[in-house]
Amino acid sequence: MKHEPLTPGVDTRDHLVVIGNGMAGCRAVEELLARDPHRYRVTIFGAEPHVNYNRIMLSPVLAGEKTFEQIVINDADWYAQNAIELVSGDPVVAIDRAARTVTARSGRVTGYDRLLIATGSDPFIIPVPGKDLPGVIGFRDMKDVDHMLAAAERGGDAVVIGGGLLGLEAAHGLSLRGMKVTVLHIMPTLMERQLDEAAGWLLKSALEARGQTILIGADTAEIVGSDAVEGVRLKDGTLIPASLVVMAVGIRPSVALAREAGLAVGRGIQVDDHMVTSDPAILAVGECVEHDGNVYGLVAPLWDMCRALADGLTDAHSGYRGSVTSTKLKVAGLDVFSAGDFSGGDGAEDIVLRDASRGIYKRVVVKDDRIVGAVLYGDTADGNWYFDLLKKGENVADIRDLLIFGQAFASGGAQADPKSAVAALSDDAEICGCNGVTKGKVFACIDGGAHSLDAVRSGCKASASCGSCTGIVETLLALRLGDEVEAGPKTMCKCTSFGHDDVRREIVAQDMRSIPEVMQKLHWSTPDGCSSCRPALNYYLLCALPGIYKDDQQSRFVNERLHANIQKDGTYSVVPRMWGGLTNPRELRAIADVVEKYDAPMVKVTGGQRLDIFGIKREDLPAVWADLNAAGMVSGHAYGKSLRTVKTCVGSEWCRFGTQDSTGLGVKVERMTWGSWMPHKFKIAVSGCPRNCAEATIKDFGVVCVDSGYELSVGGNGGIKVRATDFLCKVATEEEAMHYCAAFIQLYREEARYLERTAPWIERVGVDYVRARIVDDAAGRDALAERFLFSQRFMQDDPWAARVAGADREQHAPMATFTPKQEVLA
Amino acid sequence: MTGEWLDIGWVDEIPLRGSRTVQVTGGDDIAVFRTGEGAVFALADRCPHKGGRLSQGIVHGGAVACPLHNWRIALATGEALGEDKGCTPTVPVKIDAGRVLICRATALKVAA
Ligand code: SRM
Ligand SMILES: Cc1cc2nc3c(=O)[nH]c(=O)nc-3n(C[C@H](O)[C@H](O)[C@H](O)COP(=O)(O)OP(=O)(O)OC[C@H]3O[C@@H](n4cnc5c(N)ncnc54)[C@H](O)[C@@H]3O)c2cc1C
Ligand code: SF4
Ligand code: FES
Repeated sequence: MKHEPLTPGVDTRDHLVVIGNGMAGCRAVEELLARDPHRYRVTIFGAEPHVNYNRIMLSPVLAGEKTFEQIVINDADWYAQNAIELVSGDPVVAIDRAARTVTARSGRVTGYDRLLIATGSDPFIIPVPGKDLPGVIGFRDMKDVDHMLAAAERGGDAVVIGGGLLGLEAAHGLSLRGMKVTVLHIMPTLMERQLDEAAGWLLKSALEARGQTILIGADTAEIVGSDAVEGVRLKDGTLIPASLVVMAVGIRPSVALAREAGLAVGRGIQVDDHMVTSDPAILAVGECVEHDGNVYGLVAPLWDMCRALADGLTDAHSGYRGSVTSTKLKVAGLDVFSAGDFSGGDGAEDIVLRDASRGIYKRVVVKDDRIVGAVLYGDTADGNWYFDLLKKGENVADIRDLLIFGQAFASGGAQADPKSAVAALSDDAEICGCNGVTKGKVFACIDGGAHSLDAVRSGCKASASCGSCTGIVETLLALRLGDEVEAGPKTMCKCTSFGHDDVRREIVAQDMRSIPEVMQKLHWSTPDGCSSCRPALNYYLLCALPGIYKDDQQSRFVNERLHANIQKDGTYSVVPRMWGGLTNPRELRAIADVVEKYDAPMVKVTGGQRLDIFGIKREDLPAVWADLNAAGMVSGHAYGKSLRTVKTCVGSEWCRFGTQDSTGLGVKVERMTWGSWMPHKFKIAVSGCPRNCAEATIKDFGVVCVDSGYELSVGGNGGIKVRATDFLCKVATEEEAMHYCAAFIQLYREEARYLERTAPWIERVGVDYVRARIVDDAAGRDALAERFLFSQRFMQDDPWAARVAGADREQHAPMATFTPKQEVLA
Repeated sequence: MTGEWLDIGWVDEIPLRGSRTVQVTGGDDIAVFRTGEGAVFALADRCPHKGGRLSQGIVHGGAVACPLHNWRIALATGEALGEDKGCTPTVPVKIDAGRVLICRATALKVAA
């Protein structure tokens, strides 16, 4: 046998040459040595001037938690003891497959019998102006870390482009080293490939609390600077100063060598199950390869690949079959874990646990009784357990109900029945962490007459803040009262145990600012809500935070997203505003032109005193609006939970019975109130005399003019269940009428439930309550009106004009157009 | 790309929890959805109920609520959820280096 190690030069064993002294290359050699230490003569080329180190620990090195020496995997002795020749700092620049040689940059030519390519990946540098300026770097190797440490030494501002795993670890390290860090992330959620929206939001808040600035949806336009980096300019024009820019937007498999050598290369170097490339003498492993259409960017798959590779090299072929991966973020104090597929879909069920007071979010996705994905934030202790169940495809039907509580609970004996577990709690056991309520106090409250969840919430505050103990409180009610538990008011939807009023109260009390925040703090049981709660939350936030909250388009019903009414055939109708029902030749001409130009099949006078143009295509909406805008018309919001029309009659200007200028007042009122978002649609009318031609007494807010002033009434509506208005009060002047109108609208905006029109709202709270707030409480009325007018400052931009100027263009245009040859579709 | 798959654009052109359409000349549109977790699905833009444009609905979890009468349709299978019965044809999708590809043959069949 020719396997004894001999002195180099006369070694006759097959020569294995490895390109890449990184994690996969060296691991492959370790696996090979473990199987047969003498079979191959090994030479490793490394571009970096180092021995083999643990690349994933570069983050702790940057953060100052480790030194380079501590992350070395194989030191110089290892190479010596195993007679491996290490050629470091000298990258291979060419492969000659015919001659079976590699050439290094130094000119050195080395022959091989088997060649292993393990060149890893290169950071992707986004092709923006300034990308080559000194101070712009990737985050891949020790040289990059040295660069960052030197920059941090000088202090100042750093920008990290990319809010994925790598970018956040870089940002964390740099901010620990004293730099002021801004992270730019183009997507709406951090680490969107690993985390869902809820976990992404938690992560963002935690990083912001640590002093980092995180800009989401931030699109880099250029890197500015003359001799070195001075800042980053975003597409929206914002300039962020920086003396260091770290690009961490992704990696690209390093395949140039293989491609030049003519090997089959797709996204990576293509290999079979034994890591053999299209040339049987050449193998490849690690991030540079593409196996079965997949490329990987984490180490776990590399370990599997290296095992298959070493088996193949020692003629014990086993084969690599692809990997499922999991991710953990290595930022001290922030525990984030994700694994598998959590995109839901076909038959997948979400089990969600949220614990707002401890900042925990856990989500396990189960499909056909098997775990297919998991996202954990704040408590990742069970990550490996879930991952293990996932990889093994274990049936979890038996432990499903307790799965989310983790391994200890799901496999624990006595606690497995939640009811007996709750019954066994002592009277001092704290049930509600938010409000410090014990089991004894909850029982006392129930005994005192609180026979529903809602009554317990208002009686002793248990479950009133974040709701995570709702299940336990319900169990306590059942234990104490059996069948006598009363159902509480309806919850908002199936995603939450809270009703609308509770959610609104807590949004304000806890100063919540986004939909994911509400869902986390109030323990939503679904990851991103449903089509009932999303629009409601969006409205509640918009109402609570005028000018601050950024409207979420994806939480709006199509009509409000497209600012037009969808019709049964998928086209839209367009209703421009006609102030108080007045129009003029210019507007009429513009409407006529639009009807002709866009071939609208119908135009009709609506029941709200304006014109409705039917049959407009989604693509044509912005052009139609541009034409209407040009004639001075804006959106009529015929599509919105918002102010619709202000109907008027001719009034004192023309009518022989008119007592006041009802048309003029109607126009003024519409100018004041248009654009406002409301719980439901809102209609106003002003009639010039008690004959009431404008039907003011079936509107949400109606004014009937009389000789001595203006009679105001509220809560009317037509529709299926006609309700005439309740009289509110009589005022003497137009200014007062407007002021009361503003105050009333704001009270409705702040207190009604989403999709509750003024009529059912007033039936619920009583007209006396409304009178007390609007008529009797002068200071309260002023404050309401003032809040309304403040909020209107942010609402009265014509949404049509914004679209005409190019906002949300993608809402109107198809993503692609496909024109098959005529015969194919026929 | 081979003729089997149609390259329709970048993944991030589809808003998260939103959708875009692919116009098929002479046929119905195809709706392409992206869930909150970034999974992409393509379906005929036609509700099994009365043909509503699913692309205009609210996307939540792995489903979309039809804008016309609020049926919920599972994105992965096209099946109506809950009490409602019906199914919208789906189109196979794959993502390659950030590009969205849909199956050409199915797209044709679904649009016709
Ligand atoms: C266009 C119009 C009919 C017309 O051609 O006259 C109309 C059309 C629709 N109405 Fe109406 N309503 C129209 C005036 C009215 C009126 C009359 C009025 O405003 O004086 C009423 C009775 C008054 C009232 O609202 O109290 C009216 C009571 C309703 C109702 C019942 C509301 C209720 O609270 O009971 C609905 C259903 C709903 O909103 O849930 C409704 C819903 C609808 C919807 C939005 C149905 C829908 O969800 O798609 C229709 C949209 C058609 C479209 O795409 O444009 N429409 N609707 C009128 C538009 C007025 C405008 O200029 O904006
Ligand atoms: C900061 C950071 C943190 C990370 N954290 C994690 C984590 O927490 N979990 C996880 O699973 N993964 C993590 N990763 C990813 C992980 O490090 C990689 O998946 C792994 O290193 C890939 O191994 P590889 O051998 O394919 O590539 P590498 O480790 O990059 O090795 C390739 C080597 O080849 C060399 N080379 C390239 N071309 C040539 C040439 N022509 N000649 C000679 N040498 C060449 C390169 O210089 C490099 O040293 C992290 C990566 C980084 C950068
Ligand atoms: S009355 Fe009925 S059919 Fe007529 S517009 Fe109103 S909702 Fe449509
Ligand atoms: S058409 Fe979709 S629900 Fe009726």
